[in-house]
Amino acid sequence: MAAASANPHLAAILEASATRFPERTAVVSPDGSSVTYRQLNDQADRIAAFLVRRGVQPGDRVGILIPKSKESVIAIFGILKARAAYVPADYTAPAARLRSIFADCQLRAIFIYSGVLNVLTEASPEARPETIVALGCTAADARARGLDGAMDWETVLAEKGSVDTSASRSLDDLAFILYTSGSTGIPKGVMLSQRNATSLTAWASSVYQPTEDDRFSNHPPFHFDMSVQDLYPALQHGAALFIVSEDLGKDPRKLALFISENRLTIWYSTPSILTLLAEYGNLRKLSLDSLRIVGFAGESFPVKHLRKLVDLLPHPAYYNFYGPTETNVCTFARVPTPVPPDRTEPFPIGSACYHCTPLVLDANRNALTPGEEGLLYISGPSVSLGYWNRPQENAAAFLERDGRRWYNTGDVVREDPTEGFIYLGRRDRMVKRRGFRIELDDVQSGLYRHKGLREVAVIAVPDADSGVKIVAYLSAHAPDNKPSIIELKTFCNQELPAYMSPDVFIFLDALPRTSTDKVNFPALQAAFLEGK
Amino acid sequence: MSGQNEKLRAFILAEFLPGESPANLRDDTPLRTSGILDSLATLRVVSFVEEQFGIEVEAHEAGVENFDRIADISAFIDRKRAAKS
Repeated sequence: MAAASANPHLAAILEASATRFPERTAVVSPDGSSVTYRQLNDQADRIAAFLVRRGVQPGDRVGILIPKSKESVIAIFGILKARAAYVPADYTAPAARLRSIFADCQLRAIFIYSGVLNVLTEASPEARPETIVALGCTAADARARGLDGAMDWETVLAEKGSVDTSASRSLDDLAFILYTSGSTGIPKGVMLSQRNATSLTAWASSVYQPTEDDRFSNHPPFHFDMSVQDLYPALQHGAALFIVSEDLGKDPRKLALFISENRLTIWYSTPSILTLLAEYGNLRKLSLDSLRIVGFAGESFPVKHLRKLVDLLPHPAYYNFYGPTETNVCTFARVPTPVPPDRTEPFPIGSACYHCTPLVLDANRNALTPGEEGLLYISGPSVSLGYWNRPQENAAAFLERDGRRWYNTGDVVREDPTEGFIYLGRRDRMVKRRGFRIELDDVQSGLYRHKGLREVAVIAVPDADSGVKIVAYLSAHAPDNKPSIIELKTFCNQELPAYMSPDVFIFLDALPRTSTDKVNFPALQAAFLEGK
Repeated sequence: MSGQNEKLRAFILAEFLPGESPANLRDDTPLRTSGILDSLATLRVVSFVEEQFGIEVEAHEAGVENFDRIADISAFIDRKRAAKS
């Protein structure tokens, strides 16, 4: 713990770099525009001063609902400098889902992109944050759309100012809240403190050994915990952070060109994206020799795809990082290159990061010996403060034991004497797709909102290509007039984030039930796998 | 031309809409903007189009303007082929 308490506050990371590397490029936006460390710090100061003038207090939540850009980073540091907590959200998510997030954490202020003002205009005035700053339009435009008192980004940034919160900063400060899929159908907010983020930053820096000559990718969105490992280690060491836009991130050919042209040195994304780069990125025709580290996390990397990537790009060091949002990365393993030809099993999640203590317990919370299968618990300075406003879930997920606080990852692991921890799966209804956590009950709740559906049961089955396939079994109120699959896809597109939409919809006359009248999920699982 | 549309329809139904009635997937049904095809699925459609119809799709051509409806994809294929010959 002593090492963790020496870590600086996230705002202090930027302030120190602005002194050490004032004229170096800090952040490059997808449009090619950039800010130096001095500019980033100065503009974040202005945002902080603005927020404080508007009454934002330490611990208040401030939303960020804008496309990824240097402005996102300026807003993040402005909020942190005010000792408030940022709540980044996916601006492409359904508006109703976003409103439930914002209502849950009671935003005091928000930075919002002009293209999604409807998220606020369709909310009742009392449900809106007090302070609204629009990006991409003028304050007059935002006000004309019904957002009284809205400001615009340019006006806010034009006013000089700063606040000095350095004396009162604490590593216990809430730094940000990341919302993930919740089993009740309402996303739940994982609270991350300054200590959580800075301990991860210090550990990641020990692996990356970044210098001011490094050029980091920032591929994961800011509402995804993986982005923390790009943003802060890069900016602590004077490196340049290249923000990958949402659109570019989905286009492997442009993405490969982006890595090559910008001579990125450190890349971190989900295996899904690396698979796309290997399959469709035209890597043979490009020079990506600047890359020195390729990290991946968020899901298991099928070995055949990883082998292909390493064959195409043999020179970087490859790392498999593992960790839920509640701890961020807590174990890691260096992947041997070239990938051994006889390897077919996914690589292990490896050994614990130096700031994390692992523990494997059985379902009754009895400690197990290495080699036995059990649930992985993690303790240490990166363990989340808990879920925002969810006492029951906090009691279930966090455990006090031996004078320490442990997070139950819910992941079943086995410790191997040579490979470290091996991930074996889960015993609950949470799955991962493209690195995102999905509670299958969250998908179910979304589908239940369709008026034509009488019963809904969502299962996940393994899929050789994508890792996991989400299958919705349904019955209709009117079997002769059931919704078409296209209609259901379109409905899901409006109700759920894209990564949560089922791949397959299957109608039955009625769902199979157990003797206690619960949906018989194992029977559905077996039926699908048998191809019925 | 209609054979082209049918090939596209069969591929999209089999890969992304298993169980859907072919009649529901019309030439003008939105694919991207409706959520039927996400970005990854679109990549697979692009690969299918390249292999099946012998054309090369540039990265900037794979957007909503050419890949949102079967009719658009088909017209795009025709244009690419005409430009080639």
